[in-house]
Amino acid sequence: MNFLPPFVLDHIPLLAILSPLLASPLIVLFRNRNIAFVISWVAAAVSFVLSAAMLSMTIGGDTLSYHIGGWAPPLGIEYRVDAASALVLVVISLTAFIMMPYAHKSIDAEIDRRHHTLFYASLMLCFCGLMGVTITGDAFNVFVFLEISSLSTYVLVALGAKRDRRALAAAYDYLILGTIGATFFVIGLGFIYMATGTLNMVDLAERLANEESNRTVRSAIAFIVIGMGLKFAMFPMHRWLPGAYTFAPSAISVFLAATATKVALFVVMRFLFNVFSVEFEFERDMLEFIVMPLALIAMFTGSFVAIYQSDFKRLLAFSSIAQVGYMLLGICLLNVEGVSAALLHMFNHGITKGALFMAAGVLVYRQKDALVAQMAGLGKRMPLTAAAIGIGLLSLIGVPGTAGFASKWVLLNATLEKGWWPVTALVVMSSLVTVFYSWRLMETMYLQPAPEGAAKKEAPLALLIPLWVLTIATIWFGLQANITIGAATAGAEALLNRGFLTDTPIIVGMPGR
Amino acid sequence: MSELLTPPVLIALSIALPFLAFLGCLLLPRQDNLRDWLTLVLAVALFATVVTIFTQFQAGTSFAVEVISFSPSLSIGFEIERLGLVFALVASSLWILTHLYGVGYMRGNKEKKHARFFGAFAFAISATMGLAFSSNLLTLFLFYEALTVSTYPLVAHKETAEAKSGARVYLGILMGTSIALLLTAIVSTYVVAGRLDFVPGGLLSDPSVGPVNSTTLVVLLALFAFGIGKAALMPFHRWLPAAMVAPTPVSALLHAVAVVKAGVFTMLKVGVYIFGIDRLAETGASQWLMWVAAVSILTASLIAMQQDNLKKRLAYSTVSQLSYITLGMALANSLGVLGGGLHIVTHAFGKITLFMCAGAIYVATHKTEISQMRGLGRQMPFTFIAFGIGALSIIGLPPLTGSWSKWTLLLASADAGQLVIMGVLMLSSLLNVAYLLPIFARGFYGDGIKPAQSTWRERLAEAPVLCVLPPCITALGCLILFFVSDDIVAFLQPIATTVTAGAQ
Repeated sequence: MNFLPPFVLDHIPLLAILSPLLASPLIVLFRNRNIAFVISWVAAAVSFVLSAAMLSMTIGGDTLSYHIGGWAPPLGIEYRVDAASALVLVVISLTAFIMMPYAHKSIDAEIDRRHHTLFYASLMLCFCGLMGVTITGDAFNVFVFLEISSLSTYVLVALGAKRDRRALAAAYDYLILGTIGATFFVIGLGFIYMATGTLNMVDLAERLANEESNRTVRSAIAFIVIGMGLKFAMFPMHRWLPGAYTFAPSAISVFLAATATKVALFVVMRFLFNVFSVEFEFERDMLEFIVMPLALIAMFTGSFVAIYQSDFKRLLAFSSIAQVGYMLLGICLLNVEGVSAALLHMFNHGITKGALFMAAGVLVYRQKDALVAQMAGLGKRMPLTAAAIGIGLLSLIGVPGTAGFASKWVLLNATLEKGWWPVTALVVMSSLVTVFYSWRLMETMYLQPAPEGAAKKEAPLALLIPLWVLTIATIWFGLQANITIGAATAGAEALLNRGFLTDTPIIVGMPGR
Repeated sequence: MSELLTPPVLIALSIALPFLAFLGCLLLPRQDNLRDWLTLVLAVALFATVVTIFTQFQAGTSFAVEVISFSPSLSIGFEIERLGLVFALVASSLWILTHLYGVGYMRGNKEKKHARFFGAFAFAISATMGLAFSSNLLTLFLFYEALTVSTYPLVAHKETAEAKSGARVYLGILMGTSIALLLTAIVSTYVVAGRLDFVPGGLLSDPSVGPVNSTTLVVLLALFAFGIGKAALMPFHRWLPAAMVAPTPVSALLHAVAVVKAGVFTMLKVGVYIFGIDRLAETGASQWLMWVAAVSILTASLIAMQQDNLKKRLAYSTVSQLSYITLGMALANSLGVLGGGLHIVTHAFGKITLFMCAGAIYVATHKTEISQMRGLGRQMPFTFIAFGIGALSIIGLPPLTGSWSKWTLLLASADAGQLVIMGVLMLSSLLNVAYLLPIFARGFYGDGIKPAQSTWRERLAEAPVLCVLPPCITALGCLILFFVSDDIVAFLQPIATTVTAGAQ
C-alpha cells in the first residue's frame, strides 16, 4: 500500500465512498455525457484501488475501523472493514469499473441523449449507496445507504422506458416492493434500538449477546431478514426482480445482477453472524427450517421457470433467483465452508451473470430486443458474442474450468462436510435443471439457422472488450480458484469468528474523541 | 534439442498440439486443404511427442507437474503413469489415421462445416490427452467434462432433427451422470480423504487417510461406476447408440476409442488408484459391480443382435465390450486390471476398424442397414476383409490381438474363482460371433451383383482411398498387436504389482 499517499491512507474507507458520492453532483454540473463518463470511470477506478488496498490489509484477519468526523463510536458513525466486506467492496467497484465503458456505448441505443448525464449521476449514487451499505459499521447507516442505492436504482430501471415502456411498470413494482423491504428493515432496526439503545454494530453485538430470549430481538431478526430478503429476491419475495432486470437498460442489468442482490445478502450475513449471533437458537432454527427450504425451492423454481422464458434477459433474471438460492443455502449451513461458498458464489456468479447480461445488452444493441428466438444462428452471425454466452452458460451449469464450478465445488463440499447429504443431492439435481435452459440456448445459437434479416454484424469493441474481460475472468477464476477461494475463506472466517467485533481494530487515521 | 524436451514441456506439448489444431481450424474456416494438412502435421507431431514421452518414461524419467492451484489443498496437475501412457499412445496414433479417414469421409460424403468438425475433433483429442495424464481426480474431471462438451457439436453435426435429438440424449446422459453422480463421488472422496491424488495402492486404502468402512466404499464405488457415464455401464448406456448419428469418423475415434475409453480408463484409474484393488478384493465392495457388468455384457450383446443399422449394432457391441473392462476392475485382482488395460488397446484397434469400414460402405453406397449389404463384399473386398479381421479380433480369435485381452480376463475370473463370470465371457464371445460374422459373410454371399459385372475390375466400387486405407492399416494393427501384446502386459505389469506392494 506504499504507493498511496499518507493522506489517502488515513482516510481510505471514507474516500472509497466519497469518490462516487462527489462524482454524482459534478456530473450534473458539467452536463456533458463524455465528461460524465470520464468522471464516473475515474471514480470507479479510485474506489476499486482503495477497496483492493483494504482487502489486502484485512485478508490476514485484521479489521479496519474509521471514525467519521473525529467522533468516536458508539456516538459517532464508524466505518468498519473486515475481509468479508472488503471482498464485497472489491466486487462492487470492479464491476462498476469494467462496466463503465460498456455503459457508455450501450446507452447510446437505449436511453435518450438528454438523459445520459442523469444516468451517470444516478449510477454513481447507486454505486455509492452499495459501497456504503457494505462498509459501514453503523446499523442505521446501513439503512441510509440502502435507500440511496435503492432510490437511484428505481430511476435507473425506469430509464429503460425508451426501449420498452414496460420498464416503467417494472420500476414501479420494484419501488413498491423495495420500499416495503426497506420499511421492514428499518422496523427491525427500531426493535433492536428499543432493546439496546444503540445503533453501532459492535455495541449492538455486545448488548444483544444476552438478549436471546427477548421477543423484541427475535422479531427484529425476522423483520431484518424479511426486509433484506425482499431486496435480494429471496423466494417467494422475488417478483420484482425479473421485470427490473429485463427492462432496465442493459448496463444497469449488468450492474444490478452483479452487485445489488449480493450486497443485500451480505447485509443479512453481517446482521445474522455479527450483530446477532449464530449462538441464538431462534436464529439457527429460522435458518434451518424456514430459510433453507426456501433457498432449496428457489434453486429449483428459478431454474424451472427459466426454461420457459422467451426473453434472454428474463431467463437470466430467473436464473439469478435460483443462484441466490445457492448463496442463501451456503449461509444456512452456518459453517466456514458454507459461508465461504456463499461469498465465493457472490463473486463468481457476479462475473458470470455480469458477462451474460453484457451479452444480452450486445443483442439489444444490435437487434433492439434480446428474445431467445432472435438468438438463432448467433454462432455464425456474432461468433464472439455467442462464444461468450456459451462460456457463461457453462459457468452457470458449473462445468469444471469455469468460475461456477469452483463455487459448486465449495458448496457441495460444505454440505457434505456438514453431513447433509440430501441437500447435496438437491444441489446437484438443481444444477441438472440448469443444463436444460442452458442447452436450449446453446442449440438455438449454434444449431438453428439465422432468421431472415437478422443482424449480421459483430458488436462494437466498446461492448465486446468488457464482455470478454468478464468472460476470461470466468475461466481464469475457474482454474486459478486458489485466489478467490482463499479470499472467500478469509471472509467467512472473519464473519463467523466475529473478527469484525474485535476490541483492537486497526484504527485508520486519527481515533475519534 | 532433447534438452528442450523436458517432462513439463512434453506434457504441455501433448495437450497444446491438438489445441493448436483446434485454433487452426477456428482461424481457417475456408482454407480446407491448408487446414487439413496443418491438422495432419500436428497429429503426427502429437504422436511423436507421446512416443518421446514413452521412451523417456522407459528410461526412468518421471513426469509430474503441478500447473495451477485450484484451492489451497487441490491443484490441477499432470503425472504420467503406465495406464495413461498406453491410453495416450493408442489415442494419438489412431488420431493420425482417423484424421486421414475423416478428410476422405467428409469430402467423399460432401458434408458441411468441415472447420467446426475438425476443430471440435482436435479439441476432443486435446481433452483426451489431458485426461490420460491427469495426476488427480479434479484434473481428470476437468478434462472429462471438456470431452463431453467438445464432442457435442460433433454428434449434432448434421443439424437434422434426428441429430439434434441424438445430441440431446448424448449430452443429457453424459452430463447428467457426471454432474449428479461423478461430481458427488469426487467431492465425497475429497471429504473422506482430504485430497484427490491418484495413489498407487489406492488413496482410500492409504494409511494417511484413516479407516473407511466398507459401506462407504460400496456407496462411493456405485457413485463412481454409474457416474462415469462414458463407460456406458447399463442402464446409462443409451447415449452411445444415440451418438451414432454423428459422422462416422466421430463414431470411429471418439465413440470407439477416445470418449468411451476415457470412461473405462477413468473406471480403472478409480479402481486402482482411488480404491485400491486389494481393498476392493478384501471388502468385496466391487462384487455387485461384477454382476452389473456381466449383465451389461450379455444384454448389450443381445440387443446388438437385433439391430439392423450397422452403426447401432456396433454401438451396442461397444457397450458390451466396455463392460469387459469394468468387469476387469470389478474382479479386483491384478490379472483383471491387466486384462482391462489390455482390452482398452485391443478393442480400440478392432472397433475402430469396424467403424471405419461401416463409414466406407456408407460413403461408397450410402447404405446403413445390414440387410441392404448382401453381396457388397464383392464390390468392396478390401473394406469387407478389413471388417472381417476387425470382427475376428473383437470375437477374440488368434492370431488377432483381441484374443489376448479376453484370455487374460478369463484367467482373471478363474483366479477370482468366479466360474459364472467365465461362462459369461465365453457366452459373450459366442454372441459376438453371432452378431458380427454374419455381416462379413453376407458381404460375400447372396445375389447383390449384376451378372454383367463379372470381372474383378468391373465389380470393384470401393470408397475413396483415404476411406479404405486407414481401416486396412488398423486391421493390420490387430494382427501385429497380437505379437506385442505380451510387451504391453509386461509394461502394464507394475500397476498390478504396486497394487499388491502398496497393501502390505
